[in-house]
Amino acid sequence: MLEEIAITEEGDLIINVGPQHPATHGVLHLVLTLNGEIIKKVEPHLGYIHRSIEKMCESLSYRQFIYVTSRMDYLSAHINNHACALIVEKGLNVEVPQRAQYIRVIMDELTRIASHELWWSAMAMDLGAFTPYFLAFREREKINVIMEETCGARLTMNYMVPGGVMTDLHPDFQKNVKAFIVDFKKTLHEYNELVTGNVIFQSRMKGIGYISKEDVISYGCTGPVARASGLRSDIRKIAPYDIYDKVEFDEIIETGGDCFARYQVRIKEMSQSIRIIEQLIDNIPEGDIQAKTKAVLKLPKGEFYQRVETARGELGVYIVSEGAAQPYRIKFRSPGFSNLSALDHMVRGYKIGDFIAAMGTLDLVIPDIDR
Amino acid sequence: MFLADYIKEVYGAVKSLLTGMKLTGYYFTHHKEIITEEYPNNRATLKLADRFKGEVWMPHDANNEHACTGCSSCEIACPNGSIKIVSMNVINAEGKKKKAIDQHIYRLDMCTMCGLCVEACPTDAIHMRNTFELSVFDRNNLIMRLNKPGSKIREGVE
Repeated sequence: MLEEIAITEEGDLIINVGPQHPATHGVLHLVLTLNGEIIKKVEPHLGYIHRSIEKMCESLSYRQFIYVTSRMDYLSAHINNHACALIVEKGLNVEVPQRAQYIRVIMDELTRIASHELWWSAMAMDLGAFTPYFLAFREREKINVIMEETCGARLTMNYMVPGGVMTDLHPDFQKNVKAFIVDFKKTLHEYNELVTGNVIFQSRMKGIGYISKEDVISYGCTGPVARASGLRSDIRKIAPYDIYDKVEFDEIIETGGDCFARYQVRIKEMSQSIRIIEQLIDNIPEGDIQAKTKAVLKLPKGEFYQRVETARGELGVYIVSEGAAQPYRIKFRSPGFSNLSALDHMVRGYKIGDFIAAMGTLDLVIPDIDR
Repeated sequence: MFLADYIKEVYGAVKSLLTGMKLTGYYFTHHKEIITEEYPNNRATLKLADRFKGEVWMPHDANNEHACTGCSSCEIACPNGSIKIVSMNVINAEGKKKKAIDQHIYRLDMCTMCGLCVEACPTDAIHMRNTFELSVFDRNNLIMRLNKPGSKIREGVE
C-alpha cells in the first residue's frame, strides 16, 4: 500500500523513503510522518524482495537448503551457511573434524570483517562522505580474493556443508590471510583519521538515535545494536559453537546507546575478528575436512534450533522435522528484522538527517529482513 | 573562559578535517596504491582463481572420452533442476546391456553455482570451470550438452 505524499488533518506531512532510494541500501520502503522536519513516526513497509526462502527450503533436502541461505544476508553468507550446517549436524549428532571447525571459524571472521567494512563505507556515504567507500572496498577486495581462491565465489560461497566444509583450503590461503592481516593493521588507523575523528561526523552521530538497554531487550535487537546499549548479546560468548569457546576475544560493549556507540562497536569488532584469526591461522590442525555422512540426510522427528552470531546479530534457524529427507517447516529468525523494528523508537523526535544516520548504523540488509 | 573553549573547539574541528584531507591527498598523489582493474582492457592478463565457479563442464581427454557413467547423482543433488541426464542402454563386449550416458543437459540459465553436483559426482566426471563472460543474446543458447558428440566413457570407470 503506497501512500501518496499527503498532509494529514493535524498538518503532518507524510512522505515515502524508498523503495527505490539510495539511502535505504535496497528495496526498503519507509513511510515517514513529519511535523516540519521533526519525525513523528516511521513505518517500515516490507515485502519488496520477499522470495519465500523459508517455504522454498521445505522442498529442498538438508544438503540443498544451505545454498539458499547465502541469499538472505548476503554479506554474512558464510555465517548463514554455518548456522544451517550446525543445525543439521546437531540433529544427526555428527562430530565435525577439528580442521573443518578451524576453517569455518576463520571464514566466519573474515566474512565479519568484510561485512563491517561494507557497512562502514555505506554508512559514511549515507552521511555524505564518498571517499571512505573506496578505502573500505580496497580492503574488502583482498578478503574477496581470498574467498574466491578457496571457496570459488566472492559473495554466495556455499562452502559449508553438513559435516564440515566442501573443499580443502587453497595452498596459499594461510599466506594470503597473514598478508591481509598485516595490511589491515597498517590501514585501520586511516578509518579513524578519515571518519571517526571528523568533527562533522561526530556531531551527526553523538547523542543521535538513542535507545536504552530496556528498549533494546523489548524490541529484540541483537548484535552490535544491542551491545552499543550495554546488553551482552554475543552468541559467540553466550552459547559458543564450534571452537569459539577456545579462542580469546573480547565482547565489545558500549553504554552510549546512540549512533556513535553503535559505530564504535563495529569498528572495534573488526580488531577482535583479526585477533581471532591470528590465534587460529597458524594452528589449523591436519586431518579430514568433512565427517562421513550418509548420502541422504534425514533428521529425526522433532524440533531443532541453532543460533549463531552474524555480522548483524543473532541468526536463529528453527527446523521442525517429521523424519523425512526434507524439513517439514523451517523458520529463520533474522537479525535485521528485529533491528529495523527499533528504528521507529530510535528516531522519534529527531530530524530527517538524523534518521538517515540512525538507519546507517543499524546496518540493514534488506534481503535478510524479507527473506 | 568561554572564548578559550570556543577557540579550542574550532581548532580541534579544523584539525580533524585537515587530518582526513591529508589522507585523501596522500592517495591522490601516490598512484602506485591504486588497485583498480580496468576491465575489459586488462583481458589479456586477467586470470580468475582456479576454483572460481563459473560454469559446470565435463573434461574430455584426447580420445574424446569422459568419466560420466550416467548415474544421475548430479541431477538428484541439484537444488534447482539445472541438470538433466538422458541415459541409454548400450551392449558391451560381453553382450550384456549396460546403462550409459546419452546426453548430459546442463542449463546455465538456472544454475546458481553452488557446486553440489561436483560434490555429489562419484566418478569425478564434472568440474567447475573459471570461465566467465558467458552472456548470450538468446536464453536458449544457455542450455548446453556437456558430453561432446561421439564421446564415450573412459575404460575402467565404474
